Amino acid sequence: MKEILSGNEAIARGAYEAGVKVACAYPGTPSTEILENTIRYKEIDSSWATNEKVSLEVGIGASFVGARSLVTMKHVGVNVAADPLFTLSYTGVNGGLLLVCADDPELHSSQNEQDSRNYAKFAKVPMLEPSDSQECLAFTKLAFELSERYDTPVMLRTTTRISHSKSVVELGERVTGLPEPKLAKNPAKYVMLPGNARTRHYVVEERIATLSKDGCSMPINRMELRDGKIGVITAGISYQHVREVLPEASVLKLGMVHPLPFDLIREFATKVDKLYVVEELDPFIEEQVKAIGIEVIGKEIISICGELTPGRVSKAFGLPETAQSAVEKLPGRPPNMCPGCPHRGVFFTLNQLKAYVSGDIGCYTLGFMPPLSAMDTCVCMGASIGMATGAVKVLPPEERKKVVAVIGDSTFLHTGVNGLMDMVYNKGAATVIILDNRITAMTGRQENPASGHTLMDSPTNAIDFPLLCKAIGVQHVRTINPLDLEECRRVISEEMERPETSVIITDKPCVLIKREEVFTRGAVLSVVDENCAGCRACLKIGCPAIEWVPSSGKKGKAHIDPLLCNGCEVCRQLCKFSAIQEAK
Amino acid sequence: MSDKITNILLVGVGGQGILLAAEILSETCMMAGFDVKKSEIHGMSQRGGSVVSHVRYGKEVFSPMVPEGEGDILFGFELMESYRYLPLLKPGGTVVVNDLCIAPPAVLIGQEQYPADLARKIRDLFPDCLLVDGQNLALEAGNARTANTVLLGAVSRRLDIAERFWIESIERMVPKKAVAVNLKAFQLGRALA
Repeated sequence: MKEILSGNEAIARGAYEAGVKVACAYPGTPSTEILENTIRYKEIDSSWATNEKVSLEVGIGASFVGARSLVTMKHVGVNVAADPLFTLSYTGVNGGLLLVCADDPELHSSQNEQDSRNYAKFAKVPMLEPSDSQECLAFTKLAFELSERYDTPVMLRTTTRISHSKSVVELGERVTGLPEPKLAKNPAKYVMLPGNARTRHYVVEERIATLSKDGCSMPINRMELRDGKIGVITAGISYQHVREVLPEASVLKLGMVHPLPFDLIREFATKVDKLYVVEELDPFIEEQVKAIGIEVIGKEIISICGELTPGRVSKAFGLPETAQSAVEKLPGRPPNMCPGCPHRGVFFTLNQLKAYVSGDIGCYTLGFMPPLSAMDTCVCMGASIGMATGAVKVLPPEERKKVVAVIGDSTFLHTGVNGLMDMVYNKGAATVIILDNRITAMTGRQENPASGHTLMDSPTNAIDFPLLCKAIGVQHVRTINPLDLEECRRVISEEMERPETSVIITDKPCVLIKREEVFTRGAVLSVVDENCAGCRACLKIGCPAIEWVPSSGKKGKAHIDPLLCNGCEVCRQLCKFSAIQEAK
Repeated sequence: MSDKITNILLVGVGGQGILLAAEILSETCMMAGFDVKKSEIHGMSQRGGSVVSHVRYGKEVFSPMVPEGEGDILFGFELMESYRYLPLLKPGGTVVVNDLCIAPPAVLIGQEQYPADLARKIRDLFPDCLLVDGQNLALEAGNARTANTVLLGAVSRRLDIAERFWIESIERMVPKKAVAVNLKAFQLGRALA
């Protein structure tokens, strides 16, 4: 049967067909939809972990007792999971283990543009790279076979254009007859104390050398010989752009990007006059080809930064450029917090209080945008709290109290809680605001350990944030309604004055949560024209439902779009002229 | 089947239902026997950002992205976003655009103005431009949220795919209770010259 699937859907399908029993992940664009699709198969136990490190550990545990397991994350998630990954390379597996990491060239939705292929080389594990959805499915299945045959974890690298592009896929059946998981002790292999690990390191080196040799005859590494003038070594999405732009070129298409099949590369080099590597981000293939003494052109013509497009490849090879219509400069259209978003009032308040906001990763990072303009740092998941501790250590006393860490519920549980333990332990004195909107919102509303539901939609324990913070030792824990501006200002400014760690928890849910018992829309508001003085106070919160109409009245008036308004009433509190009232 | 690849761009504002329209379009192409690829970025699209989806179909499609300046049809859900992506279209390409303005954040807060006369500016650059009153036709179909399907109907007239494949994919992709109203919306769009 044929279906149109995204790369992520095809990976989920591949995992199903490969007989995977456990799938675990922390959400992260562009990888998130893989686990949102494994839940379609009841044979797979799918779960959101608290972070990527835990997700990999869950996968390892299942693998060691004999089950095939899938772990997925975005590229920066591998940084978090790197600790178990590097030693997993030494232990090898029992049931096959696949780690899918989704890179984001062009930073469509990320804080950096790191190239995960370096992790495969660094951790000495094989890495496959599919170039369309059909290969996502096929390579996922192959990865589990390779994992068990070579006793190694396998990585599969996608990029945004693979994860989120859709193409036609032929589906298969789920494999049967895999061994049932059972307890089996093998300390020499699974207890990585120095004595055992030393021995395993030799196994790892031998394994990677064998894979490089065997890779030369794997069908996923293939020469497509056409015109002999130009030869291109490429993989992943870059292969598609090369085929699009240089249909006559000979291509060495690599399905396995680590370890490289060096003998095959040598053979290909003899068959073409001029050899190129076309790859996004780092010169990963290029440098290794050069290291074996083969002359090749790569980053001289293709940027290390950004993603490739057909146009960029075309330009790199000096092909004539297509004429493009010139258009006038337009206002940008960046994403914005939703109408009624519970974060808006908090960032408005932080702006008013001139706080130095140590920020974090989530929807609330949009608090950086004008007119809220209330975020001063954003580095990685969970960083806000540790960074606030560091800043307070060295600032002069009058500036210390300006430091406020802001972090979402899911991000706090991911890696922020460690920062809070450190702050309390080391007597740090910043204000920490946990923006608890009961969901992992930015990646598309995933459940988390504080939301009360699992990925497979069964009710579960919901972490009690005030209790958790008190257990850590925070003496001052307060909960506020983030839609009440007076309360926000009063509580936040009081806690900022305090020369000790304090935590403020906001208690309104994300407006996109579909569960009715969690979020209910308020009464829609509208502007009473005759009362509106055109003072623009309500525009300071940047709500998408409020529009400034310059042509209305003498100096312009505000207008509320009734279809967009969620009735949060934050704007109403800013209006001194009672112009914002419930719509009739 | 010729080797020609048809390149379609769907553009608009996050939340307008562009991704679903692109799904229906891709499904239709596959049912009609074509190879098809679709590419888009959905990380931030939900929060009202600018969205562009690429759909390419033909005998064999390689890149999922429409090569810059080679788009055949620009299928716009909003005027300013349609104008923004015109450079992706080939000279003499076709534009089907919803007659709708959605103010971006800087316009909402009164810092910038929504550009005037966009429909005319689009037509000046691309005379083969159909301006669709998606909102009113959707109301005529019986549901304000079917403007996308109206537009899809208008686009369908400009593609070499038999009507039955469109109908079949709408029946498959749209929630059951909304099929009838969507089919009506599709026909209203398809009836536009």
